[in-house]
Amino acid sequence: MRVELVRRQQHSALFSALSPFIALFLTLIAGAILFALLGKNPVSALYSYFVEPLTEIWSWHELLVKAAPLILIAVGLSVCFLSNNWNIGAEGQLIMGGIAGSILPVVFPDFQGWYVLPMMLLLGMAGGMAYATIPAFLKVRFNTNEILTSLMLVYVAQLFLDWIVRGPWRNPQGFNFPETVQFNSSAILPEIWASSGRAHWGFVLAIVAALLVWFMLSRTLNGFEIKVLGRSARAGRFAGFSAGRLTFFAFLVSGALAGLAGIAEVSGAVGQLRTTISPGYGFTAIIVAFLGRLNPLGIVAAGLVLALSYLGGEAAQVSLGISEKSARIFQGIILFFVLASDTLIYYRIRFVTRHSDAAAKGA
Amino acid sequence: MTSISDENGAGHPLLEATGLTKIFGSLKACDGIDLTIGTGEIHALLGENGAGKSTLVKMLFGALQPTSGEIGWKGKAVAVANPAMARSLGIGMVFQHFSLFDALTAAENIALSLDEKTDLNTIAAKARDIGRTYGLPVDPDALVGDLSVGERQRIEIIRCLLQNPDLIILDEPTSVLTPQEADLLFVTLERLKSEGKSILYISHRLEEVRRLCDRATVLRHGKVVGQCDPRQETAGSLARMMVGSDIHVIERRPNAAPATQSALIEVNGLSQKPRGPFSVSLHDIRLAVNPGEILGIAGVAGNGQGELFEAISGEVLQERPDIVRIRGRDTGRSGISARRRLGAAFVPEERLGHGAVPNMSLTDNLLLSRYATDGKVFLGGGLLRLLQQSSLALAAKRIVAQMDVRKSAENPDASALSGGNLQKFLIGRELDRNPAVLVVNQPTWGVDAGAAAHIRQALVDLARSGSAVIVISQDLDELFEISDRIAAMVHGRLSQSVPIEAMNMERVGLMMGGADTASAHASTGAA
Repeated sequence: MRVELVRRQQHSALFSALSPFIALFLTLIAGAILFALLGKNPVSALYSYFVEPLTEIWSWHELLVKAAPLILIAVGLSVCFLSNNWNIGAEGQLIMGGIAGSILPVVFPDFQGWYVLPMMLLLGMAGGMAYATIPAFLKVRFNTNEILTSLMLVYVAQLFLDWIVRGPWRNPQGFNFPETVQFNSSAILPEIWASSGRAHWGFVLAIVAALLVWFMLSRTLNGFEIKVLGRSARAGRFAGFSAGRLTFFAFLVSGALAGLAGIAEVSGAVGQLRTTISPGYGFTAIIVAFLGRLNPLGIVAAGLVLALSYLGGEAAQVSLGISEKSARIFQGIILFFVLASDTLIYYRIRFVTRHSDAAAKGA
Repeated sequence: MTSISDENGAGHPLLEATGLTKIFGSLKACDGIDLTIGTGEIHALLGENGAGKSTLVKMLFGALQPTSGEIGWKGKAVAVANPAMARSLGIGMVFQHFSLFDALTAAENIALSLDEKTDLNTIAAKARDIGRTYGLPVDPDALVGDLSVGERQRIEIIRCLLQNPDLIILDEPTSVLTPQEADLLFVTLERLKSEGKSILYISHRLEEVRRLCDRATVLRHGKVVGQCDPRQETAGSLARMMVGSDIHVIERRPNAAPATQSALIEVNGLSQKPRGPFSVSLHDIRLAVNPGEILGIAGVAGNGQGELFEAISGEVLQERPDIVRIRGRDTGRSGISARRRLGAAFVPEERLGHGAVPNMSLTDNLLLSRYATDGKVFLGGGLLRLLQQSSLALAAKRIVAQMDVRKSAENPDASALSGGNLQKFLIGRELDRNPAVLVVNQPTWGVDAGAAAHIRQALVDLARSGSAVIVISQDLDELFEISDRIAAMVHGRLSQSVPIEAMNMERVGLMMGGADTASAHASTGAA
């Protein structure tokens, strides 16, 4: 028997909606097999991974803390990916946003007031934007591959962060730990419901960003331009749209949102600049963007799912004694199955048996 | 295939298909088709786009499996499982769109299509041999990228003949040839016929079919609607059979606009280097089109028509502003949106992926070329530029009614429309603006006769209402039908235009071959 993929006449709306769920289902099965091979009971392992973190109110807060940067970044990436700009460097833009936003509380700790926080957020966006401009410029001016340049710039940003918090910005009273001073209270992004947990306003910013970008993509000429140029560059040129200008626009939007995610993480969840401000949010957000079908509203849901994988990893470390790196494995498996399931949107599977083949040949 | 050794036994026709039916979902692409092809016969398959010709041929060639019905080959029922099996039975096919690799030689391309491994020298020798026998001269060692379209077609035909087929299926073979090249092809086909080979000839050029074919089967909406001897018919009666009603004859009123008016569009000395490895350079192109006039630009594909189109449309900018002038304004440095705002409209050759985004709806594709000129209607909300879906839907409906676009859903994706219907929509999209200048590249390429007549009449009507129209086309019949003047493009040069009254097939053929350019070029300037 042979399995063939047959191209559909028109793409399937059913599988378009179903594919993320198929992917999640397959991920659970693959996860169960993985746990079984590690000698754990798959059912209880999956329970402690994906259900247990949701049984307590404080961990719901943690879920929102982790989902906020994922959603913010993924929403920006959806603009990039829809317009065929493959920004893989959101992690670096997040770091640069975190650093730029920290200038006020670290360098000018005496500068205080209600206006400090908004200025920090704007600086964070500006930092992410500035950093995202580099691959955009290289692509438009020299036709370089933005996947490579944006990815390589991540490592530059990580080393820059390492240097700045170990060097010039290190807290003099910090016992030589690689971290800056604690931010003063006017530089802290406050919690939403401080009484029950840590979830901060970064999540609200993420929802607002998702709604705004969703509106732009679905209702405005700008969103139309993004979709046209992403699907057919030649038709876009015929329409009079400029691919170069859109490349800048897409990188600036996603850079700004990644930078915002960075400063929100630093001033909301952490409270100071450290070398470890992100457990790879910028990369995980790529998975979020695709699991959410590049639709900002879908991305909100997908961001919560991937945030759960981070919590599950931490929980699994405690209750199962397996490395929290298993979260990365789950995230990788999800992306793999998401991309694989998307095949079903454009192709259907046909099983060709030896029998039917022989019948055709023998006649 | 030893089972069919009794060649053509007992007076059976070579091929006899009975009740062939193919159903795609709810669409009956072919509905109980009967077709017989005798030995040594050139049989025409006529029908509009979407009549089921391609589906029928694909079933005969094994690329599609019939839902029901039988194919009899030399008196035996066969199931053609795939093209390889069709070839081994003795059915060969030459496709409309060549499947050749530019970077390989002719012999290497032929080798790729053979089922067994054969050494290249043998293939080259055989190819030369067949070429000599059938009047298909081709150098087997030449790179395909360097060959003309006619030569490429010869490679396809030789490749097909190497399999020694009894039946050769040709899909629109002359659509890419100059009249002189087409004449050479007909000689080859006559010779094949005299050797007892059968040919199934798919074409929409009725004059050709009348000249060449012994019998014709006419399809409409997936059914056989007639069998005839095309030599006993007129082009008009054949067309009537295909369409099911009288074909509209293009009305050409004389150009009413005074000839003294200044040109609406001018190109002054456009030269351009090739923009990529498979792109053609343009050399000192000059043209001017007055109100009420249609300028036809003939030429074999790949002689710079696409590059000329993109230069005039503004997808590619010129060095100086005065190289392209629209309604008296220098626009050589302005983009396509600015040129549209001056009243120009453009319809490119490639429908999917250039004129339209395949997986976007008709209303989205309407917006594609109209947002710049009709922003007041289609966009709202000031700087937000919100899409006004209701006015887009209204305008799309108007265009669909005006151009008689047939579609299966309210607002389908562009790729879901047949070629002819999409082309009607794309031309209607521009006509709906009533443009002062319209530039169309291959307006009826791959479009059925009924739709083509509709499109041509629309172009003539637009010109007669005072617009300037440039039609770039490979279809000479079309150009003779609608143009006021005809020029030809060859190797990126444009000949001087000749008024239609002084033009004939032979002269345009020479111009397309480049023979007439030198003399014409010397006197260029008036246009």
